Amino acid sequence: MTEEKRKLMDENGIRTDGRRWDELRPLKMEVGVVRNADGSALIEWGKNKIIAAVYGPKEMHPKHLELADRAFLKCRYHMAPFSVDERKNPAPSRREIEISKVIREALQPALFLEDYPRTAIQVYVEVLQSDGGSRVAGITASALALADAGINMRDLVVGCAVGKVDGKIVLDLNDTEDKEGSGDLPYAFMPNLNQVTLLQMDGLFTLDEFKQALDLAKVGGMKVYKLQREALLKRYFSGGGPETSTSTTEMMEEA
Amino acid sequence: MVEITRKQVIPGDVIVTGDYRPGMFVQRRGNDMVALRIGLAEIIRNDVKVIPLSGAYIPRTEDMVVGKVVNVTGYGWEADINSCFVGYLPGQFVFGRDFSPSTHDLTTRFTVGDLLLAKIEAFDRTRDPQLSIRGPGLGKIPQGEIVKITPMKVPRLIGRKGYMINMIAELTSCEIKVGQNGVIVVDGTPEGVQKAVRAIQLIEQEAHMADLTTKVQQLLGAPIGAPPTEAAGPENSGEQ
Repeated sequence: MTEEKRKLMDENGIRTDGRRWDELRPLKMEVGVVRNADGSALIEWGKNKIIAAVYGPKEMHPKHLELADRAFLKCRYHMAPFSVDERKNPAPSRREIEISKVIREALQPALFLEDYPRTAIQVYVEVLQSDGGSRVAGITASALALADAGINMRDLVVGCAVGKVDGKIVLDLNDTEDKEGSGDLPYAFMPNLNQVTLLQMDGLFTLDEFKQALDLAKVGGMKVYKLQREALLKRYFSGGGPETSTSTTEMMEEA
Repeated sequence: MVEITRKQVIPGDVIVTGDYRPGMFVQRRGNDMVALRIGLAEIIRNDVKVIPLSGAYIPRTEDMVVGKVVNVTGYGWEADINSCFVGYLPGQFVFGRDFSPSTHDLTTRFTVGDLLLAKIEAFDRTRDPQLSIRGPGLGKIPQGEIVKITPMKVPRLIGRKGYMINMIAELTSCEIKVGQNGVIVVDGTPEGVQKAVRAIQLIEQEAHMADLTTKVQQLLGAPIGAPPTEAAGPENSGEQ
């Protein structure tokens, strides 16, 4: 680009939102927020506000798409029209379709889909307010929702992004850095298995920068995992908990 | 007395390392025993298993389930058993070996909307579970109030050797049919049913809490007595 770019990091190494290169944005997670879903989670990561809801395993519709030996995993990443500054058309965009696919592929390795043959598992990721790194936030929330839904899992999945701004590798890009920075590297992995399930790259990284970015993503991811764990344990083992503690007791409608 | 160790786990957690046998919802990874669900891990001698705290009902053979007939086909009935699989009750199991779709009218026995207490006769995940109503107490449920709870909490509702459910039934003078699929039918006087439903809902809400029996006894206004050998319940795992 020819135009003069805004500086994204000052001489003291402080970023646009006051963080240092290796700091995460404020991160909060809560499990069991959607009553009607089998499993759900809310994540607030920087300015991101994302709800993930899991339905299933349930009967596959349309029937002809069911798989004889495993469950069909359906993922939908969707941004609410009010999630961005300029109203977003609610119809799925090219970008959302791509993100739905990468979320599906990031979650799939963690699931025992073969334990639920001929069924469907649906994961809905609704972005209520969007900031940088919404796909990794979506993956982190979806993993919580899947665990909440009681689907057999090898491990949780944690997402975390790294990027390059003003020639430096930094952790967890915000929206400005994502748009004006020179590179973005979303990363998702299974922390206990130490296996990568999502690795995308946008922009140019030298091999050294890439290696440095990957290491930083792992370190950041482990911090996210710690909070993810806490959120899940809080929901199930804190003896009641806040307003979301009442669960699925209800009468069958025809009773 | 066998030593039981309990631990709160989430998917991916290593429960214990060493020479153990992986049971339900546990996978061996090298020497590690890894949990696949959120729940309480239990180590009894060499066996490691996880008692899950959430999840849908997956049928198992010999389970008792409460199902609702949703479709009558030429050869049998299809029942909603609160699962991702539809239960199938073949005509032969009701009319006997000489069943023929042309001579027997299936709707004379059960029609759409009827409630059934049935047993899972066979299930291997490749086909829908087969139901049977042969056995004492099995068959059509004529009346009662339906309560649904998380299927994973049914063992808690039943209690050690049926202690909890028998206690509720006795104190409320209700007949309670519990399906492993989390569907429960309560029948009795209106006051009794109301009390029993409240007790069941209490168990649903506080399944992971200590002193559940006492709380239920309090709710039902019964003299508080210690349950027999409740020591092995999840109460003792020291949560909160």
